[in-house]
Amino acid sequence: MSNAATNLVALHTIVRREIVRIMRIWTQTLIPPAITMTLYFVIFGKLIGSRIGAIEGGFTYMQYIVPGLVMMSIITNSYGNISSSFFGAKFQRSVEEMLVSPMPNWVILLGYVAGAVARGLVVGVLVLLIALFFTSLHVVHPVITFLSVLLGATIFSLAGFVNAVYAKKFDDIALVPTFVLTPLTYLGGVFYSVNMLGEPWQAISRVNPILYMVNAFRFGVLGISDVGIGTAFVVMLAFVTGLSVLALQLLKRGVGLRS
Amino acid sequence: MTSAPALVVDNLRKTYGNGVEALKGISLTVQPGDFFALLGPNGAGKSTLIGILSSLVNSSGGDARVFGVSVNRQRGEAMKLIGLVPQEINFNQFEKPFDICVNQAGFYGIPRRIAAERAEKYLNELRLWDKAQDQARMLSGGMKRRLMIARAMMNEPRLLILDEPTAGVDIEVRRSMWQFVNAINAAGTTVILTTHYLEEAESLCRNIAIIDHGSIIENTSMKRLLATLDVETFVLDVAAMPAELPQLPGVTLRRTDEHTLEAEMARSHDLNSLFAALSAHGIMVTSMRNKTNRLEELFVRLVEHGRNDPARNGQEQAA
Repeated sequence: MSNAATNLVALHTIVRREIVRIMRIWTQTLIPPAITMTLYFVIFGKLIGSRIGAIEGGFTYMQYIVPGLVMMSIITNSYGNISSSFFGAKFQRSVEEMLVSPMPNWVILLGYVAGAVARGLVVGVLVLLIALFFTSLHVVHPVITFLSVLLGATIFSLAGFVNAVYAKKFDDIALVPTFVLTPLTYLGGVFYSVNMLGEPWQAISRVNPILYMVNAFRFGVLGISDVGIGTAFVVMLAFVTGLSVLALQLLKRGVGLRS
Repeated sequence: MTSAPALVVDNLRKTYGNGVEALKGISLTVQPGDFFALLGPNGAGKSTLIGILSSLVNSSGGDARVFGVSVNRQRGEAMKLIGLVPQEINFNQFEKPFDICVNQAGFYGIPRRIAAERAEKYLNELRLWDKAQDQARMLSGGMKRRLMIARAMMNEPRLLILDEPTAGVDIEVRRSMWQFVNAINAAGTTVILTTHYLEEAESLCRNIAIIDHGSIIENTSMKRLLATLDVETFVLDVAAMPAELPQLPGVTLRRTDEHTLEAEMARSHDLNSLFAALSAHGIMVTSMRNKTNRLEELFVRLVEHGRNDPARNGQEQAA
């Protein structure tokens, strides 16, 4: 077998194993985000949103927050999937099964990222379907919608991987989502337009990467955005590149994996 | 097939981040088809060496070649030749043994259909097929050890490394494991074994290296090593213990309890004269056995000799 065919089998093995894991514990991986987002739709979209009235572009508040909430669930689930799965493999030492194999590092990384992105996409679709019970949506730019979801999920899968590599105990993989991911998500324009903020908060918001993901996705779905769509994709691609290089370097050096 | 040695370890060194020098430039060669024992006390450097060979530990210097393939420079190619049974359980306890084996094959690029056939073959040979679809955490300790052997065979390695595979395993399971590994070795797979059950190493292995404090202190054939042993100790069960033990030429007698004696004697000393002398002093021997196996005595002697060596101790203090 050629190296490419060998690597493809290895990649398929990791992705398949990750998807089997997601489906095996579906009550932990798929149901909780669906319930959480349903509550968001009911409370923020329906109850509070009905009193807010139309927001940017003539959209109802419910319509406005749907893209942000979908992206939020994609981000948190991609991140959570890879950080818990890879750290779990480290904790049980089953990661050694991969480390002693001839598989190159990029296959390990790509396999885990693909698994995490798959969970993010499945959860995103679930949340979107739930949203359709509360409001109607017409996707304006399907390609931009898909690419923004893919890049957003990839960025946070890579970030989750880096977190898992450094983590020494389970608490370490909970720290980042609690103290970094959640605040950035809430401040990333999920529930409001950053144009509503005064300076310096508007300028500060623009260094938050989640702002670009949420707005790229919102542009794809609704056709409105607080940031330039080109800028959003440049920022997302830069994060994908930077985090990929970092993750591969960590694997090459064996940080947290090889003595 | 290349005629290169199965393993060449060349001046391999490892110093951990905390300054511990686990390997001090060791070199050894294992020939193809050998059943090779790598022995040493806890913390001697065995697991570090195995970790470097299987690329779980980064070396600080030197190299190792598996059938001529450098572990440092051609890691992927070298790993294809190695199967590792680690000391500690390291599979996902929530997966099924069948999936653990098939996935391991997948990591080596082996297509799923072939992987499934091999998983069935090796799980059957290791008497785990009826547990193939159970969660791995439900397996007994011995079954988990056998599962790790089956998993290590999935890439059909030319060099199988077993790091204390029988630790905590009952005698029946140990024997069945050795039957399997012996058959694998007879079929041409080179085997490197570390174990604390020295009778295993003595009965299974043809060549041996003893490592202590990161250095090889002995590297020879098992026969040659055992031939250097000049003293043996026997445990004698006696019908009645005399009030005072007799002084016998060439034999040191020690009383361990009311019905047991130990007799330490040169290997050249014949047993008939021992029994005759004991009979003459009214001591009736009802049964007899070796106190320890021969390799164990040699092992202890070599390791203790190394520790009492002032030159080596000086080096360690300086390090």
